[in-house]
Amino acid sequence: MAGRVNLKTFYGVLLAIAVVGVAAVWWASQRSRGSTAQILEAPPSRDASAFPGYVMGSESAPVEIVEYADFTCHACANFTILQAPDLKSRLIDQGIVRLRFRGFALGQPSLVPLHAADCAGEQGKFWEMHDHLMYKQRDWLTSDNPIRVFRGYARQAGVDLGSYDECMREGRYTARLIATREEIANSGVHETPTFDIGRLRVRGAIPYDSLKVLVDKARGANN
Amino acid sequence: MVTAALSLIGFFVALYLWLWKLGLMGPLVCTTGGCETVQLSEHSVFFGVPVALWGVLGFTSLFVVSLVGLQQRWMDKRGPTVSLAVLSAIGVGFVGYLTYLEAAVIHAWCQWCIVCAILVTAIFLISLFALRTATS
Repeated sequence: MAGRVNLKTFYGVLLAIAVVGVAAVWWASQRSRGSTAQILEAPPSRDASAFPGYVMGSESAPVEIVEYADFTCHACANFTILQAPDLKSRLIDQGIVRLRFRGFALGQPSLVPLHAADCAGEQGKFWEMHDHLMYKQRDWLTSDNPIRVFRGYARQAGVDLGSYDECMREGRYTARLIATREEIANSGVHETPTFDIGRLRVRGAIPYDSLKVLVDKARGANN
Repeated sequence: MVTAALSLIGFFVALYLWLWKLGLMGPLVCTTGGCETVQLSEHSVFFGVPVALWGVLGFTSLFVVSLVGLQQRWMDKRGPTVSLAVLSAIGVGFVGYLTYLEAAVIHAWCQWCIVCAILVTAIFLISLFALRTATS
């Protein structure tokens, strides 16, 4: 398979490749730490505190589920499409559960749809925008101009486009998104979707039945 | 030896893409502009496993087989070279399919995927050459 060449030199070359490879991967992982949402083409706003999230359901519901999600994440979209309708009709609408959505940008591109949702959210249209972004994820992910697509969703959601455009142009929620991302990452969340159900933390999308079991467990713990 | 070096490079490229997929990297370094489109497309998962992870596993296998072939007791045997040819042939088929998807379905190019495709093709050609040399 190989000639009788100096194996020591060969292993030296492999070691060099490994060192360069590890250094390159480490460097790439560090780039995110200093990154800001330049993709939004606007300076960050003054408000740089983390956002607690958008809430659906009764404040008096005995169990709160915190969903950490990213609009670019396939598993998050699958959860929204396949499991969330049951969660809403059987637990949230019944006053058993309160859902808190916390946007967690996995990478820089994720900031843009989250920002669009925030701009819709300031007009009380977050959940409508959320559903457009999740249900039509494939459409905008493969679009040449996702920002234009988001604007279309905002229009369909009934958002006032003048204010929406201004919000997007200013990058009004950029700093808040980044602060939120840091806070969530510091709490130990590194993948999406992740759920906090009462005191339980669940990583990855789970079916409704499993979710219900954990909600019951959290209710039991509360009693 | 060359195949071991190439597969080690491929391993790190695939590892980078996989870690990005897990959300552990910053924005993808991409001169072709379509890396994220490709990595976020529905075709970036194969049989429930991210394509990048398949790449990590594939290049690891090629690397291990290449190293085995360099050990004294295997050096004069055809087994490792045949294994390398078979594994890399599967790899060539896979990257060929992925390259087709980039060109015809996703309509976006990921430079790192192209690098992986070139590496696995080079490993395949080298293993074929080694097989021929060993036969003659």
